[in-house]
Parts: sequence; C-alpha cells; structure tokens
Amino acid sequence: MTKFIDYTLNGITNGAIYAAVALALVLIWRATRIVNFAQGAMLMITTYIAAAVINSTGSYVVGFVAALASGLAIGAVVERLLIRRVEHGPPLNAVIVTLGLYTFLVALAGMIWGDTPRSFPPAFSIRGYEIGGARYLFAPNDTYIVLVVVFVAMVLAALFRYTPLGLQMRAAAFKPEVAQLLGVRVGRMFTFGWGLAALTGAIAGVLVAPSVFVAPNNFDPILISGFVAAVLGGLDSPPGAVAGAMILGLALSYVAGYEGDALVPLAALVILILVLMVRPTGLFPAAKERRV
Amino acid sequence: MSPLTLTANSRRVLERSTLLRSLGLVLLGGIVLYVVSGALGDYDRLQLATGAYYFAALAGLTMLIGCSGQISLGHGALMAVGAYTVVLLIGDNDWSVVPALVAAVLVSCAVAVPLGAAASRLRGPYIAGATLAVAVGLPALADRFPNAFGGSNGLIINPPTPPSWLGSNFSLEHWEAWIACAGALVVLFVLYNLTHSGVGRSLRAVRGDEIAAALCGLRIGRLQTLAFVISGGCAGLGGALLALVLQLAQPDAFPLQLSLTLLTGVVLGGLGSLSGAVWGAALLVLLPGWSSDIANSLSLSQNVGNNLPFAIYGLVLIAAMLVWPSGIQGGFMALRRLVSTRRRSTG
Repeated sequence: MTKFIDYTLNGITNGAIYAAVALALVLIWRATRIVNFAQGAMLMITTYIAAAVINSTGSYVVGFVAALASGLAIGAVVERLLIRRVEHGPPLNAVIVTLGLYTFLVALAGMIWGDTPRSFPPAFSIRGYEIGGARYLFAPNDTYIVLVVVFVAMVLAALFRYTPLGLQMRAAAFKPEVAQLLGVRVGRMFTFGWGLAALTGAIAGVLVAPSVFVAPNNFDPILISGFVAAVLGGLDSPPGAVAGAMILGLALSYVAGYEGDALVPLAALVILILVLMVRPTGLFPAAKERRV
Repeated sequence: MSPLTLTANSRRVLERSTLLRSLGLVLLGGIVLYVVSGALGDYDRLQLATGAYYFAALAGLTMLIGCSGQISLGHGALMAVGAYTVVLLIGDNDWSVVPALVAAVLVSCAVAVPLGAAASRLRGPYIAGATLAVAVGLPALADRFPNAFGGSNGLIINPPTPPSWLGSNFSLEHWEAWIACAGALVVLFVLYNLTHSGVGRSLRAVRGDEIAAALCGLRIGRLQTLAFVISGGCAGLGGALLALVLQLAQPDAFPLQLSLTLLTGVVLGGLGSLSGAVWGAALLVLLPGWSSDIANSLSLSQNVGNNLPFAIYGLVLIAAMLVWPSGIQGGFMALRRLVSTRRRSTG
C-alpha cells in the first residue's frame, strides 16, 4: 500500500514537470503551429547554465533566474533567426528545422560540458515526509515542484486572460492578418511567445534536474512525455495540457514503479497511439475539428 | 536490321521495362563495387561496408519521406530490430548469414506493420512525435530484458568467415564489404522497381493531394502502411548489415542521434531520391573521419571531436531547410536543367 501511495505521489510530481513541458509545447503550437522538438534540448542548455551559475555563486535562486533569463533569450533568438523563415513553408520543413536544432544543441552541450552526467542540487530536502511512522518517498522538494508548476500555470493563465499583452498574443495566434491590421505587432508576439515557452521549459528543466542528472541526452524522455501530455490535452489547450500531464504522470509512474524505468518511453508511445486512434482531438478538445 | 535501329529498339525496350533498367543498374553497381572493393585497403573496405548499410537505411527512409510524405524518426530503432535479430540468430542459433539477413528483414517488417498502421493515420508533427517515442523507447527494451538482449553491453557474434573458395588471402573486411554491398544492391533493386511502379505513382499521388488520391480510389491508409513496412524492412536490413560489420548489437549503437543522422543523410541527399541516398551515405561515412581530423589538427579536446559531426548534422539540417530544401541531388538536377536550357538557347 505504501508503494502504491509512493507511486501515486511520484506520479503527481512527474505530472507537474510534464505539465510545464507540455505548456511550453502548447504555447508554441498555438502561436506558430509548430511542435518544437528542440524544446528538450533547449531546456537542457538552460539547466546546464543554471548548474554552472549555482556552482559559481552557490545560490540556487540566482541559478534559477539565470535559467529563466537564458530560456527567454534562447526561445526569442530561435524564433527570430530560424523559425520565422519556415513558419509558412510545408510543416515537414519546420519539423526538420527543430530536429536540426535539437541535434545541434545536444552536440554543443557535449562539446562544452562533456557527456558525463552531473548532479544538480535540489531546492529543498529530498528526504521523504514521515506520517504515522511510515516514511514516504514524497519529499519537501516534491511539494516545491508541484507548487512552482501550479504557480506558473496560474501566471500563464492570468497573462493570457487579463493582460493587454496576452490579448494581443491570442489575437496574433488566432488571425495574424486581422491582428496586424488592428495594430498588433504580430512578429513580435510570436517572438515573445517562443521566449515565454522556452522560459516555461527552462523551469521544467531546473525542477527535474536533481532526479535525472544533467547530461546532453537525459532530457529526451521528458520531451516525449511532455509531447504526449500535450497531445492528450489536444495540443491547443493549456488546461488540457495540464490535465493530460497529470494523467500521464500517474500512468507512467505506475508503469515505472511496477515494470521498470526502461518501459516508460514505450508506455508513453502506446498511450499516445491509443489516444490518437480513439480521440484524435485529445481528451479535452478545443472547439475546432482538425486533421491529425 | 541496321545496328542503329537495333540500339534504338533496345533503348525503347529499356525505357519501357523498369525491371530491365533496374537489373542493369544493379549489374553496373555490382561491377563498380566489385572493382572498388578489390582496389581499396582493408580500412577503406570497412568504410565502404559502412556506407552500404547506411545506404540501405537511407534509401528506405528517403522513399518513405519523398514518396509517401511521411517522416519517421524511428528508423534507428528499426535498424536495432534488424541488428538484434541477426545477432541472436547467428550468435545463439548458428544460422548462416543469408537466412539470418532475410529473417532480420522479415522481423523488422513485422515490427514496422503496427507502426506503419498507426503512422498512416497521423500527420505532420504527430507522426514525428510518435516515431520519436519509438526511437527512444525501443532500444531501451534491451535494458529491460537483459537476459535476452544482453542489457546495455549488448550481444556479440563471431565475424562471418569468407568462404574458402575465395582463397586464404581474402580478408574479412573484403568479405564484409561484399555482404554489405550485396544488401545495398538488393535494396536498390527493390526500391527502384517500387518507386517506378504503379504503387510508387499512387504513393506520390497520395503525397501530392490525399483527398484527390482518395477520390481516384486509392486506399491511402493501406498504401502508406505498405510504404512504411517496406521502408522499415530496408532499415532492418541496414541494421542487420551494421551488426554483421561491427559483430555487435548494443543499445548505445542505436541512440536517437542515429535516427536524426539518417534524417540528415536523407535531407542532404534530397528527399525521395535514390541517388541522393548514395550521396547521403557517402557523407555520413566520411564526415566523422573528417571532423575528427579537423579536431585533431586544431588540437581540440576529445569532447569537441566526438560531437563535431553531430553539430554539423544539426547545422546541415537547419541550413538545408532554410536555403536548399532539395538537397545535393536536387542541386545537381537544378544545375543540369540550367546547363541544358543554356545549351538549347545557344544552339
């Protein structure tokens, strides 16, 4: 029974991290209709930067801020330099560009930091809570992870719903030409959208780093889980992405707990295929029908 | 009949018969490879074998992307399926090379059937995401079942021995190059006939406009699944040849980067072009050597040397999509068109 509770709570923590990645993917998809396969590599780079800053300053907070700032910068630069040129081309071209970016960033990280995994300090203790004599795996650091992601999701929701900037971003994504006619700087909104998404991804990277260690390829499974979570939610809807991430986090946590970590990506694949077969618009579809 | 009409006739026959043309192509390729593999040293023969198994996988992938319009990031994993099949059959059950290779193709085709069926229902980024999960997930199975697949150390086999009638001086590398090139020629034969057949034309119609193709009575899902399975079989053969050449199957040999490397080769060569796959394979073989030479001569660290090829692949993928989406072969075609229009306008 303790095991089951452990897996469930672990699933919630993982779900929170998947939710952050899924939100990053959904933000970009809504803005530019591109799935950013480089997201995993981008958050890997920002996590390396955070690790380096924490190493030299000794402060977790400064490292976290460095990850956020570098995420914002990388996302904006990538959109402005690369994505802008393939936005209106065939979808396959955009996919290949993001894959090329993934390959390049992973190789770059290997060149700079080597392939040996590095540890990353957790923000809080990873020693589990003790309730009624039983010690659980769920630790203060997990509480922190969940709270941070909940906070991020609420800030994003508020940004899109209540601020003029959010309104402009929604307009730019919904009808770029009309928005432009009404004075919205559409290109700037897309750049900002990519920066915001990369920032969200950077948060996920810093949160997950203590448990997966930092190495060029260690964030690939998280990208896949984030993608599956986003598709579960319909790829278009931020609340759907969060709900999908929670479901996926629990499901994969049970798989990992009872069957072993190695099966997690395959289990994610099976879930992805099943969802796309049965409900191509995701479990929480946006109003519009679309071709998968 | 004068010799002139005879050549004209034979040319007409060649133009009509894809089978004859492909046989001619394979014969020509076989002669060239025979001569080349005889002239090379043993190290370069290994490079030739490497190029041959890359070609098998690249040709399958370029056919899939170019004809069927489907991207697959899972072909590295299908290579792993072929490799493990060969190693298990030869290592544990003492099969000889040819039946083991055939079995590897069949097994990877079988694995590709459900993937292709799923992929035929997906489009664009969805298919890329699903096959990405295959690339990451499938090789991890070796870790999950270490008794069957040897865990992360993988499985090794004894090298294939050259038959005695080739003489005692015939080196192992020479024999491996022959096996790998033979496999590549089989792939060339199959794919050439496929792309020039009705199936190939139907696939291109599907790629061009699915709704129009469906209105013409084409069974889109079935066609795309077929393309995926054949393409997966080619990748499986490529992986099987890789296992024979390296005498090893191990999860680390099939990382996500392998699938992305294949994609780079295909994009570089030009999507859908079999001759482009030759260019792609040549570059995939030569680039790591060049980049380690560069890293050595600039006395860069080992980290840089090891990762430089992948950094270049990444840049190539990006640059190709931004500047030159039709690849090397497309560039040649454009050049040829330019030259021929020049000639026509001057002559």
